[in-house]
Amino acid sequence: MRAVFAIAGAELKIALRNFWVALAVGLTALFAAVLTFAGSGPTGTLGVDLLTVAVASLTTLTVYLAPLIALLLAFDAIAGEADRGTLALMLSYPVSRFAILAGKLSAHLSVLAFALAIGFSLAGIMAWGIDGKAGGVSETSLYALLRLWWTAVLLGAAFLGLGYAISSLARQPGVAAGLAIGLWLVFVVLYDLGMLGALVVDNGGFFTRQVFPWMLVGNPADAFRVVNMPTGEAVALASGVGGASKAVSHVVALAALVTWSFGALGLSWAAFRRIES
Amino acid sequence: MSLEITNVTRRYGEVTAVSDISLSMAPGERVALLGHNGAGKTTLMKMILGLTHLDEGSISVFGATPGSHAARSASSYLPENVAFHRSLTGREQLLLLARLRGVGRRPADELLERVGLHRAADRRIATYSKGMRQRLGLAQALLGKPRVAVLDEPTSGLDPISRGDFYNLVNELSSNGTAVLLSSHALTELEARTDRIAILLEGRLVANAPLAMLRSQARLPIRLRVAARPEKSDEVADRLGAVRTSGRSIEISCLQDEKLGHLGRIAALESLIEDVEVAPPSLEDLYRYYSGGGSI
Repeated sequence: MRAVFAIAGAELKIALRNFWVALAVGLTALFAAVLTFAGSGPTGTLGVDLLTVAVASLTTLTVYLAPLIALLLAFDAIAGEADRGTLALMLSYPVSRFAILAGKLSAHLSVLAFALAIGFSLAGIMAWGIDGKAGGVSETSLYALLRLWWTAVLLGAAFLGLGYAISSLARQPGVAAGLAIGLWLVFVVLYDLGMLGALVVDNGGFFTRQVFPWMLVGNPADAFRVVNMPTGEAVALASGVGGASKAVSHVVALAALVTWSFGALGLSWAAFRRIES
Repeated sequence: MSLEITNVTRRYGEVTAVSDISLSMAPGERVALLGHNGAGKTTLMKMILGLTHLDEGSISVFGATPGSHAARSASSYLPENVAFHRSLTGREQLLLLARLRGVGRRPADELLERVGLHRAADRRIATYSKGMRQRLGLAQALLGKPRVAVLDEPTSGLDPISRGDFYNLVNELSSNGTAVLLSSHALTELEARTDRIAILLEGRLVANAPLAMLRSQARLPIRLRVAARPEKSDEVADRLGAVRTSGRSIEISCLQDEKLGHLGRIAALESLIEDVEVAPPSLEDLYRYYSGGGSI
């Protein structure tokens, strides 16, 4: 346990000094502010509070941003140590590999959770400020914001796990970085494009009814989207994949997201354990 | 025994990196591992540390299996060309490793002083020279009084004075009972600083004995270099029955038991020569001899 804290402490210092923390906080805060501000337009016509609109936009944003930040933090974790020659050194110390990975994970997950918390809080405060007394923030929308935060942390954990696995397998920072970009593109962009294309071609047939629901939980980013899909009056705000995702219930999607997080972390553990230095 | 290596073999596909090596080290013994690049030095070290598996044979590190918690607690390692994280300071890096070894802050601070990094301790490692990073690496290898220290090319990147300091640290370690196994390319510096020399050639152990014993067994020639006075070199060469190597310098190779006879004849030519130099076979010569296939 002492080893986990020691490693986490050093990793936090590194993340701070490499400006990863500043970058992560800056990105989420900037986008959260812009999206909340932009959302102040349509509220009147839709009859929902500002924060609800903001949460819908933030969900879409987070699908891109949380995996990106997670992969940025994770890709160098093992490959960088191997490159510097410190991996062999660490592995020769009386510390379990589990502790090494757990230390890095707790530092990186803290950075991610902190950055997202700042960004989302900013969205909440702005919604309050812009729409002040008129109920820019309702209790429901606050819960939605909170749910957005902890599910975003879960989503980040899944991509941290995938990032560590890549980093262990690649062994070279350059290769790991390339693989991380590819992974992000596939999970966050191409997967959805392919799925939407198939939906359009299929036109409500076998794919839409039988395959599509499984595909939604087959990608942590989509499972995250479904979990945070607005219910009730605000469904109209959802768009794209979110709009089509009534096929899977929130509970199933949440289960899928949790499974992804732990599965990906398990995968990283399996990859890291195999390393002979 | 602090370290006991018994008939160890390791293959990488078709290549046998380490072939049937046996080697043991008593507490406090200093052994230098010599060999060309790819001779199997690093592989052998990594097997001792449990970083890579062995195909045949067994290794015992202070009575424990390599890679076990007990073995890792008893051993320390300095990897070849280690570069620490650029964003941490030397002190932070050493403190992290001290915590992982279960050692406190005090020993880490003391070690920084002993390797001469105390003034640079709070600067980022990014600003360190190669020699300073190497000294930080040495400091971590001394953390927690290891029973076995495995040092891969510990003096690469160090200037001559730092090398001297390094061997003082090695002596201190070994006088406290740590068995020190180190590999090196800089052969000359190992003379008088190690108890035993082990030479690896293509994964085989071709020599494993104290330096003096290796010398006497190899029966390598001693070289006598005579510097003649101006214009006298041909005459000196004639009278000694030797060949002129360059300008005024004449070289004679002989075995140990012929040395005094040659020196007597050279001394008789005192009016014709300026100086004479005796060069015993160097570690380089020995290394070349044993890695050329001579065996002990």
